[in-house]
Amino acid sequence: MKTLKIEELSKNFGSTEVLKKINLEIDEGNFLVLLGPSGCGKSTLLNIIAGLETINEGNVFIDDYNVSKVEPKDRNIAMVFQSYALYPSMNVKENMIFGLKQAKTSKEKIQEQLEKVSKFLQVDQLLERKPSQLSGGQRQRVAIGRALVREPRIFLFDEPLSNLDAKLRVEMRREIKKLHQQLKTTVVYVTHDQTEAMSLGTNIAIMNHGVIQQNDTPEKIYNKPSNTFVADFIGSPSMNLIKGILKENSGDLLFTVSGSNLEIPIKDYDFKDKSNLNNKEVFFGIRPEHIFFKKFNESDFEINLRADLSEYIGHEQIMTFDFANQEVLAKFPSTIKIDLGKETKLYFDLTQASLFDAQTEERI
Amino acid sequence: MQDSLKSSSYQQLEQKSKYTNMFLRWFLYFILILFASYFIFPLYVMVVTSLKTMEEIRQGTLLSWPSGLNLESWAVAWGGRGYGAGDTFLRPYFWNSIKMVVPAVFFSTFIGAMTGYVLTKWRFKGDQWVFLFLLFGCFIPFQAILLPMARTLGVLGISNSVIGLVLVHTVYGIPFTTLFFRNYYISVPTELVKAARIDGAGFFKIFFKILLPISAPIIVVTVIWQFTQIWNDFLFGSTFSFGEAAPIQVALNNMVLSSTSVKEYNVDMASAIIAGIPTLIVYVLAGKYFIRGLTSGAVKG
Repeated sequence: MKTLKIEELSKNFGSTEVLKKINLEIDEGNFLVLLGPSGCGKSTLLNIIAGLETINEGNVFIDDYNVSKVEPKDRNIAMVFQSYALYPSMNVKENMIFGLKQAKTSKEKIQEQLEKVSKFLQVDQLLERKPSQLSGGQRQRVAIGRALVREPRIFLFDEPLSNLDAKLRVEMRREIKKLHQQLKTTVVYVTHDQTEAMSLGTNIAIMNHGVIQQNDTPEKIYNKPSNTFVADFIGSPSMNLIKGILKENSGDLLFTVSGSNLEIPIKDYDFKDKSNLNNKEVFFGIRPEHIFFKKFNESDFEINLRADLSEYIGHEQIMTFDFANQEVLAKFPSTIKIDLGKETKLYFDLTQASLFDAQTEERI
Repeated sequence: MQDSLKSSSYQQLEQKSKYTNMFLRWFLYFILILFASYFIFPLYVMVVTSLKTMEEIRQGTLLSWPSGLNLESWAVAWGGRGYGAGDTFLRPYFWNSIKMVVPAVFFSTFIGAMTGYVLTKWRFKGDQWVFLFLLFGCFIPFQAILLPMARTLGVLGISNSVIGLVLVHTVYGIPFTTLFFRNYYISVPTELVKAARIDGAGFFKIFFKILLPISAPIIVVTVIWQFTQIWNDFLFGSTFSFGEAAPIQVALNNMVLSSTSVKEYNVDMASAIIAGIPTLIVYVLAGKYFIRGLTSGAVKG
């Protein structure tokens, strides 16, 4: 039994297709993050799961029960919004128990839930306050509390940390993670922030133009992106995608960079399909953090590149190198001194490289 | 040497700017007082005239102070002289106006709040067209609807009645009240409605429990606007009602213009003030919310 299952879901607003044939499944207790640039349809998908938007095609199942036409209140879900959406005229207590009151819960049960949750979230001192008298972090806590008291099957979070300042955001992120570890409730979480997605999710579904590009664990998403969009979207700075051609030379596979005779040997790469690799146009992908200044592994590929630009950001520096007229970025500790305009010896960790078909932009 | 020279010249500059500031300040007060007296002047003339006897009015000037606190003309304006036919006084019409203005303001405000709520929080296909047509209502001149409205009231059997006037003012007020509430509710985050829907609240519950409690500023604005419009209306009142069903503005007109004998300026002035007092009271009581409601829109937190 899947806690949440989405089947062939499509949604359009007028003539614009927002979601195209989405399929998605979440197991009990998992933390799924919907990640993507703005306008990719992730918030619409969340609203559909909540029942706040109608569906054009497809179905949504919660616990194997088709809820596609069920009212939001009957779906056994709770939602936390970006703007907190606390009812301004009610105090914290009234905000938290509003849903229970609508559901005609008994007074004792309401009181019990309120005490439990407000203690748990440390808002029990704030119960009489109005939302306008709370700080951003407190408001977010109350919004989470309002969701918690209902003991839902699924928590829906719609960019809950985007309105907080940077420091508070990191704190609240940890709290949400702790919360999930303690409660083990299934969560669907929408964000455009990859750090949030990586640190919170047990699964990440990356979306673009209404299509799920990859749905995997954070490690897989980072190490084995399924296409160039995912490779480019995850990581900061994003993965270097170097254009070139694969060449087969007496059994060995070589990557030749466009417009030069630079060659990188491809060994032990886990191809999906080993046929027709010769003369294939590809992108060779390597993350900036997998380019080293020193040789660490025996398999590291040694190359001399000219340093063009240096961006110092405190604990590290991002260097831009010229690689046969294509830019290659690398990340080093800021203690290393590199002269601009000079050839520098670098080492590529080839075990971490990815290859993408230049036409389909899919991983090969 | 040079330093002391510099500091003395700075002192001079300081002194100069002090004088300039002082002059500007006094000039500002002068202008303000001038304008304030310009606006207060007619009211002053009305009040003093209403307190004078006819004798005093004939002999004194417009600005002269009354000899004493003579409230007789006020009594006449309000309650008449006590003889039968032809004696027009304001009391019954004042209550007509109250009976007209209270329900008309209430219904038009309430309906406007509802439509504003639907147009912003329960968007439907073509809602912008509905809003556009409602907006047209704001620009239709009063005179254009007189005949069709008279016919409608006739068909409904409520012409020449206070109820008829309530209907006219409610209908005519809806475009304005809708505009006010729509513009206010558009700044209220729709996520509030979403959260309430997930919490299990329905259409009316969300309106009464979530939105209405935070609408105080715009309700005040709408009430003041509608109250002033309806209370001060003369055209609808004179067209759709006559005789005993007339509102106070029509009665005031009848009193002032159709008196056959000598013009009693003191009674006229007292009547005009009585007719204007309710709007004044509404402004004084709710004025500060009026400004606040007009300037604030967004509901934060």
